[in-house]
Amino acid sequence: MANMTAKLVIAAALVATAGCAKKRPEVLPPAPEQATPTPTQPDYGNQNTVQPGSAQDFRQSVIGDTVHFGLDAYDIDSEARQILDSQAQWLMKYPNTRITIEGHTDERGTREYNLALGDRRATAAANYLIARGISASRINTISYGKERPVAMGSDEQAWAQNRRAVTVVIE
Amino acid sequence: MQTLLKRMALALAPIAALAGIQPASAQVEVDVVGGISAPMPIAVPAMPTSSPVNTAAGNTVELGKQLSQVITNDLKNSGLFRPLGPDLLRPVSFDQVTAPAFSYWNTTGAQSLVQGYVRANGDGTLTVGCYLYDVFAQNELTRQGFVVQPADWRRAAHKCADTVYTRLTGEGPYFDSRIVYISETGPKGRRIKRLAIMDQDGANHRFLTNGQSIVLTPRFTPNQQTIVYMSYENERPSIYAYDLNTGRSRRLVSSEHLAFAPHVSPDNRWVVFTMSTGGNADLYRVSMSGGTPQRLTSAPGIDTGGSFSPDGSQIVFESDRSGTQQIYVMNADGSNQHRISFGGGRYATPVWSPRGDLIAFTKITGNFRIGVMSPSGGGEKILTEGWGDEGPSWSPNGRVITFFRNARGAGNAEIWSVDLTGVNERHIPTPLGGSDPNWGPLRP
Repeated sequence: MANMTAKLVIAAALVATAGCAKKRPEVLPPAPEQATPTPTQPDYGNQNTVQPGSAQDFRQSVIGDTVHFGLDAYDIDSEARQILDSQAQWLMKYPNTRITIEGHTDERGTREYNLALGDRRATAAANYLIARGISASRINTISYGKERPVAMGSDEQAWAQNRRAVTVVIE
Repeated sequence: MQTLLKRMALALAPIAALAGIQPASAQVEVDVVGGISAPMPIAVPAMPTSSPVNTAAGNTVELGKQLSQVITNDLKNSGLFRPLGPDLLRPVSFDQVTAPAFSYWNTTGAQSLVQGYVRANGDGTLTVGCYLYDVFAQNELTRQGFVVQPADWRRAAHKCADTVYTRLTGEGPYFDSRIVYISETGPKGRRIKRLAIMDQDGANHRFLTNGQSIVLTPRFTPNQQTIVYMSYENERPSIYAYDLNTGRSRRLVSSEHLAFAPHVSPDNRWVVFTMSTGGNADLYRVSMSGGTPQRLTSAPGIDTGGSFSPDGSQIVFESDRSGTQQIYVMNADGSNQHRISFGGGRYATPVWSPRGDLIAFTKITGNFRIGVMSPSGGGEKILTEGWGDEGPSWSPNGRVITFFRNARGAGNAEIWSVDLTGVNERHIPTPLGGSDPNWGPLRP
């Protein structure tokens, strides 16, 4: 329904970069809202400007776009809470934005079970944001099970990275 | 790109069925508990032709040799035979097809002999004759004939191999059948997945989807008109039905919720599947024509992997309601849910044997392995020793199980098969990587 192409591009970019996601300090202050009218053409000369409320702004503003889970678990731990709190703050600031939360698993479960487990994780992250005051109507969830790992190895470290829920701003 | 299946009018009809009445002196010893005692030596010389004719499938001389090669491969792949194929045997004249030179065949060490012929008919079809002889007793055991379109010549060979296999083992036929699976290529994090179909020996391979959307877990309807599967089309993962006659797909479950794990009922009317709402996955069923799904389970936790018993009265599924994935059986309406697996480890992806006497599953105890148990939970037996063996599916006769073998690290998954006795583990070759194989019924 929403702009699928854009969403797919974002998803692809995330997959490409999510492995090196690190904690960033919050950017402050936010750029003034509606600073510039939307140009009719992309402004290639001004690439460093991050559009407030954009997916890029989200990734730069929050502690992380990804929360991780224990083996076969979907509970939101204290580290995940901090990350989701920062996401909730940003979402409060930009009430017209919508997000998709992607749930993922490691490869040590069967395919169909993992689809359900990925859904549990995406739902757990979504429920946390809803409890923080974000409207459920702004949140879409999707489970990829074990189909889209970010770490390609078959070891504990890779599996821990792959047990995740990733928040993507829909553009 | 997408090849549409133009279904030929069903042109594979037996023209003669004269079952041998002789006592079976040549009989393969099949021991389901312990394994295969010794593969039976069997001779499969090239099939002669009444007259060399060029057909759409090649010259009938060459075709006779290819038919025998397909039969040889089928019998060899079963693990129950040690065939001598056309490359190792002297040619047979057309006259000898019904009058074998038993004195010669005795010297080859073969206990049985498969002879036949190929003939191009005036209407463009082919006739393939198939004769099975007992070399020791020097008599005919059975004969069959098949009329096929040239494009279906391999099916005639599979039917002949099925005739031989059935007569000598007492098992049901399975060579004339297909496998639908997921073809996989590309890096592990962005793997391109396509629906693909092939004969059980890997021949006649075709891609059915173009790889734009992730597709998973295809399963034949028993009438083989349709393949139900999961697709991420429009990033709204749900269950779709691919029509093998038209090459078109339609969405089967219209709900916004995540729907997956489809299996079709034996009467082709229902699809049991899993839908996850609010993080809670339960089994539902929906009519093959669509409509509103009916809920079958409601336990908290993940209920998935539902598959019908051959008579359609029961459904086997997996649930983690006890804390770990275990196998449960219930009536097809959702009543009388009870757990049947109690061994150590987790159990997943249960599928009922077409014979009804066994349930195959993935067992997770660190490694993933394929196993079987009875529908009441007894007699558990582990068949494979892989690192990541997953997703069993039964051959039409309930004798062989296909599954996929995940690779450690970034490698491709592969399609494998194993005999019910745990022997004869075999890689089924596919053009790219492969997963989620589903073995279709015997073709009509």
